Amino acid sequence: MMNKAFAVTLDPATSLQNHTGSWRTLRPVNVFKLPPCNNQCPAGENIQQWLFYAAEGDYEHAWRILTEENPLPACMGRVCYHTCEGKCNRGFLDESVGINSVERFLGDYAIEHNLAFKRPSKETGKKILVIGAGPAGLSAAYQLRRFGHSVHIVEAAKEAGGMMRYGIPTYRLPRNILDAEIKRITDMGVTIECGRKIEDIEAEKKNGKYDAVILGLGASVSAGADIPQGDTTHVLNALSVLGQIETTGEIEIARRVTVYGGGNTAVDVARSLRRIGAEPVIVYRRNREKMRANAEEMDAAIAEGIQVKWLSTISEASKDALKIEKMVLDENGKPQPTGQFEELPSDAVVLALGQNVDKTALSKLQNLQMEKDSVVVNNETMMTSIDGIFAAGDVATNDRTVTHAIGMGKNAARGVNAFLNGSTYKKPQKHDLAKFEDMHPWYYTDAPKTVRQELEVARRSNTFDEVQFGLTEENAIFEARRCLSCGNCMECDNCYGVCPDSAVVKLGPGKGYEFNYDYCKGCGVCAQECPCGHIKMVPEQI
Amino acid sequence: MLEQIKFYQTGSNTVGNRLLNPAMRTIQASTDRPNGLISGHRACQGCGEALGARYAIDAALKATNGQLMVVNATGCLEVFSTPYPESAWKLPWVHSLFGNAAAVGSGLAAAAQVLAKRNGDANAPRIIAQGGDGGTTDIGFGALSGMFDRNDDVLYICYDNEAYMNTGVQRSSATPPSARTATTQLVGDHPGADWGKGKDLPLIAMAHGIPYVATATVADLRDLENKVTKAMSFHGARYIQILVPCPLGWGLASNSTVSAARMAMETGFFPVYEAEYGKITSVRKIRQKQPVLNYLKMQRRYAHLTGKKADPNVVARLQALCDANIKNFGLLGDDEPNAPVAIQAYERSQAV
Repeated sequence: MMNKAFAVTLDPATSLQNHTGSWRTLRPVNVFKLPPCNNQCPAGENIQQWLFYAAEGDYEHAWRILTEENPLPACMGRVCYHTCEGKCNRGFLDESVGINSVERFLGDYAIEHNLAFKRPSKETGKKILVIGAGPAGLSAAYQLRRFGHSVHIVEAAKEAGGMMRYGIPTYRLPRNILDAEIKRITDMGVTIECGRKIEDIEAEKKNGKYDAVILGLGASVSAGADIPQGDTTHVLNALSVLGQIETTGEIEIARRVTVYGGGNTAVDVARSLRRIGAEPVIVYRRNREKMRANAEEMDAAIAEGIQVKWLSTISEASKDALKIEKMVLDENGKPQPTGQFEELPSDAVVLALGQNVDKTALSKLQNLQMEKDSVVVNNETMMTSIDGIFAAGDVATNDRTVTHAIGMGKNAARGVNAFLNGSTYKKPQKHDLAKFEDMHPWYYTDAPKTVRQELEVARRSNTFDEVQFGLTEENAIFEARRCLSCGNCMECDNCYGVCPDSAVVKLGPGKGYEFNYDYCKGCGVCAQECPCGHIKMVPEQI
Repeated sequence: MLEQIKFYQTGSNTVGNRLLNPAMRTIQASTDRPNGLISGHRACQGCGEALGARYAIDAALKATNGQLMVVNATGCLEVFSTPYPESAWKLPWVHSLFGNAAAVGSGLAAAAQVLAKRNGDANAPRIIAQGGDGGTTDIGFGALSGMFDRNDDVLYICYDNEAYMNTGVQRSSATPPSARTATTQLVGDHPGADWGKGKDLPLIAMAHGIPYVATATVADLRDLENKVTKAMSFHGARYIQILVPCPLGWGLASNSTVSAARMAMETGFFPVYEAEYGKITSVRKIRQKQPVLNYLKMQRRYAHLTGKKADPNVVARLQALCDANIKNFGLLGDDEPNAPVAIQAYERSQAV
């Protein structure tokens, strides 16, 4: 003090000697929570993270994160039923983020800019046979290739794609998109052999010296129904109708067609038939609430003028009419016959009552454990009851969507990889779920969801052109930025700004923040004001 | 392209944002912010005043390119920032008495002018005088009014936490009605601070017709920084009152400082606006209107209004007070405030 100028008593910033961190009873720590979208996604996508990069306009980085889990984003951006959006926390605020639209935008961006997957840095020399080039098989092959294994796919149909090609109509998934995404996988070195059905899986594995096999056969046999009929009535199954439209672009079918069933396939068939000039009527034995088909698809079908007979079963088919029995739902929600009948004029019936697994090859495998209509697999490793044979997709589940198949294919690949390394795959533990209550909604302004423009209904009913257009770049960024970043840092600087003790250190772009526990008094303002619930106050160990 | 798109995810509500052009972020968001009030000070956990002071002084340091001196009245801010032998300030800082910060500020401003003239500098350092609501609205009120009267080139910042917190939470003339303090205990028919007392200093400052008057809170950083920066663009007497919730005196959870200030704005309890030459020029609109009860519930000083024995008439009167603010200041929708303007304002606006 003696050496200071007149009236000067204290040197600047000398308070730094006073470590106020000793006052603390609670300490802030960063926590990572699982966003509800990621938790919901059957393919296990890291949605919040790829939206993070999409919001920055770094589409390639976003696409690379996205394709770590799912190699078919342009397809999924079209055909996925996006249950993630139903779980989105933004739904509590205004409307959920249009995740599916952004996914499609990224997929289309990658095709437009010829983005390719990186080839593995080293080859392991292991050989894996994948049976079936549907979404499960392709996903598994892609993931195995990333591990450095060599993969050969054998597909029974003429072209790869499975149900994405032979089940999903082109108005939902244009084939050039599918082809582009499959090509990207074969460009990594995966080989696909089409038009050969493997009859003896054991022999194929032995002769080809494969280290492991993944069964991705799908469920390709339409389930039938016993309908008494005259000789002249057309009774067709849904898959053959969709397959024929896919391969020839046309089908000889009558004008008045009845589609029997209430699942997504029934809706796909009805909408496809509408496009070739038929007048389809869907007959379903339960009501709309009980219907298994996706609500958005059903709305679109009704908008296109497709009639539905709810609570009805076909009891008899004659030349140009069907005998329909009215049903009622009992207290368990099961349809019960009423004994009341009516006539429905109809020239043909398409059965869309679900699909079964083709068991001809599987039944030759000894010791293969099967359930009613699927192969039994270990939920973590996806291995069947036979060592070294794994299964994924419709063949091994009753959740028969493309998204599930991709997720199962990925898990099967991880199971195979661990198996080849002599260990057993264990799913990593998940973070706690990020709930809306963890968030600070004040910081998110309201913004409506960008709705994809749909082809005018009138035009749609006679063309197989794609029904939904993609987002423009501006809309895609808009949509990506609506993400609340649940449970994960989005670098908003709030913690850094609101600390009364300047005890949060900003580390720079992409690096996040750090707490300076020398000065943090543990007041908790940072945790309170964090928009995404990324900070938690935990008791100090004393 | 990124910059043309509106910022929907977080709006302008967060401190910064990685997606924003750095020029559009707040001063507090930058890694090289001045930190005029640095770590190690002895303010309570979650102190609103420490936060408000750093926000305001950092913005003023940026606006003046570091050419800034601060005069501090006695009070919490003075005590917690400079306990001998330490100081948490990183700029020239003067403390004299409880009631004379405005007068010392006037003197420093005059001295700075003289020194700059003598040394041939074009720009003299700028002066900020600051204090709590006690040192401003009560004890330093005469000196402050004199500074306004002379239109001295000083920005006076009042960190308003609505009582004498340093000495143990005694009522000041900025304490709101019904609030419990050490000197307005919960006794008698009308517990807490009396109704019909106190003063509105921002309006009194406006009545002096000085170039710039504003109110702000620690819950709207962008607004606060803009106001301090704007105040530094004026010469003459300026006044900013910043609402800084006090966890200790208000009976708040220490993590709720910012939330309480936000609630004060969203209820209309604390109107946020700015005025030039005595006329209100802009008002911060309420974004999500809240009933005053939600504000009262956060604070133990109002516990007698939210419990079982609460008198609903008092809450209704406080709500009426908020409604009057909303109407008078036009805090909702497209309403325009319309208040009479002091005649001195015309003289001063011509003088510039």
